[in-house]
Amino acid sequence: MIPAIFVFIYLAVVLYIGIFAFRKTAGGKKAEDYFLASRSLGPFVFLFSLFGTNMTAFAILGSSGHAFSNGIVTFGLMASSSGLVIPLTLFLIGTRVWALGKKYGFMTPVQMFRDRWECGHIGTVIFVAQAVLLVPYIIIGIMGGGTTLNVISGGVVPYWFGGAIVALVVMSYVFFGGMRGTAWVNTFQTILFLLFGAIAIIVIGSGMGGFRNAVQAMQASPVLAPLLTRERISPLYFFSYTFIPLSAIAFPHILIFCLTAEKMNHFKKTVIFYPLCILAIWLPCVFLGVMANRTDMPQIRAKQEARRVLATQGKTMAPEARDELREKAAGDDVIMLLLQRYAPLWLAGLLGAGIMAAVMASDSQILALSTMFTEDVFAHYGGKRRFGESVQVQTGRIFVILITLFAYAVALRAPETIFELAIQYAFSGYAALSPLLVAALFWKGSTKWGALATTVWTAAAVVAVAIFQHAVPAPAPGPPTLIWALSGYEVLTRTPGGTAVFGFMPVVPMVIISALLMIVVSLITRKPTQATVAKYFFDSEPV
Amino acid sequence: MRRTLLVIAVIALYVLHQDFWFWRTAYPFVFGFIPIGLFYQACFSVAASLLMWLLVKFAWPSHLEREIEQQRPEEDATS
Repeated sequence: MIPAIFVFIYLAVVLYIGIFAFRKTAGGKKAEDYFLASRSLGPFVFLFSLFGTNMTAFAILGSSGHAFSNGIVTFGLMASSSGLVIPLTLFLIGTRVWALGKKYGFMTPVQMFRDRWECGHIGTVIFVAQAVLLVPYIIIGIMGGGTTLNVISGGVVPYWFGGAIVALVVMSYVFFGGMRGTAWVNTFQTILFLLFGAIAIIVIGSGMGGFRNAVQAMQASPVLAPLLTRERISPLYFFSYTFIPLSAIAFPHILIFCLTAEKMNHFKKTVIFYPLCILAIWLPCVFLGVMANRTDMPQIRAKQEARRVLATQGKTMAPEARDELREKAAGDDVIMLLLQRYAPLWLAGLLGAGIMAAVMASDSQILALSTMFTEDVFAHYGGKRRFGESVQVQTGRIFVILITLFAYAVALRAPETIFELAIQYAFSGYAALSPLLVAALFWKGSTKWGALATTVWTAAAVVAVAIFQHAVPAPAPGPPTLIWALSGYEVLTRTPGGTAVFGFMPVVPMVIISALLMIVVSLITRKPTQATVAKYFFDSEPV
Repeated sequence: MRRTLLVIAVIALYVLHQDFWFWRTAYPFVFGFIPIGLFYQACFSVAASLLMWLLVKFAWPSHLEREIEQQRPEEDATS
């Protein structure tokens, strides 16, 4: 229960930050103040809050769990590729969106798209696609909060109550503090993340008597040695994963965050330090996830046994039995188990607060949805003109309550795995939407019909992959199930972890076709007026 | 020329991410316990940060900033 007390203290601090931010806004009646903190964030808060916004529960729990099952490949797969692609997109796209937002007052990506391509309803279609892909994150955040509080308190705090507390705290500081409160809380959370990695590796390392012996023992074991290499993942799959970080800049909450910087100079530190922040958090978590395989805890042994049975007898099992074993073998809680085993109680509590910080990343997504609803629907369809800005902000606040209540109600009823899957699809979906931004900002010839084609394709592809994976059960670890071959080439296969198209993850063809559709459809349809296009291509642009 | 070099550097780093040469080996263990594949990718992250520094230093889109700064006095004058 002691660790849970630390977590409750953490929650109280977070709540205080949100309410303190509310006082700073003097009631927050201006939409730009509530939704974008008056575009006034300084360099330190901008760096840490943008980074924290992008780090979900997966950064700590999921990364170590993935590394526990797949080995060191997790770092190259998900962290170092993001360390290159995300800051690059912030440098190229984030800065430009910031400038356009400052110049024309945009508060959401859809507002920009509507203006750039002279469209109304197509913008609404983009809004719907973005919103649908964002909702699972909010739900999974509340589920993660309930589960984490339940585990940390040793079962004293039930799942429903833990989820309710997390939902209430997040809702309160987003409701009161708006973007300012969210940014400050994210900054505080990022500092906790960064401390978490360093402290966890020192404490667990010394508890295990150093890592040297553990690594040597793993290398000597034929079962565990592959976890120290990348042989469990194919190079094509590894390459495919570099497309996933394209999703970051297309996430509405990240793009909206780009609008909050006071000066464009604030992007400089963010762009430079982003890869190092990822390194500081992911490297310890991935390494500890791998090392968890060398501990003598019964829970870890049970997971390894499930993994062994799945590998040896999985082929002859029913799909449901395989799924059950997969769940048993999953390692999302290994980092918490390691802390329970090696950290003193008070430290486990402190580190538990760090995990909680990661789990509670749904704040900016709730705020982004609220911003999008009030700007892209309420204001666009005349609400702001008729009722005024103050009512718009109040509508945004009510939306925050409604979406949180909805997410909590769903979190109580639906199984977590559904939303974990939905998030997998969402990453690919947002990556496939990234050509919208590139076309809007860098190609004068892009049109609204190209944007519509890209959006409809993305939605259709996400749904198709989801239906396919539901209809064809995942095979046991080993060779994938061939679904469609053409002239000897494996076109479509069902792999243990998902789907492969010509050996690539679906995100690769999704992004490529998305970009092609934007190009082809734009070439054959009517362009926006020259006056509109000129707004987006600055006179002083270097050639 | 500078811009071309930076584009080549970005492409080169992207290619270097696919380090198939360390795919099936854990040796050598750096500091006695970090598999080489993990150490390589950690160094890659540091290299990405250095590349970002080069981009910020030599390709910063300062024309966007200028545009916004020019707009402000105009706004002040009209208000």
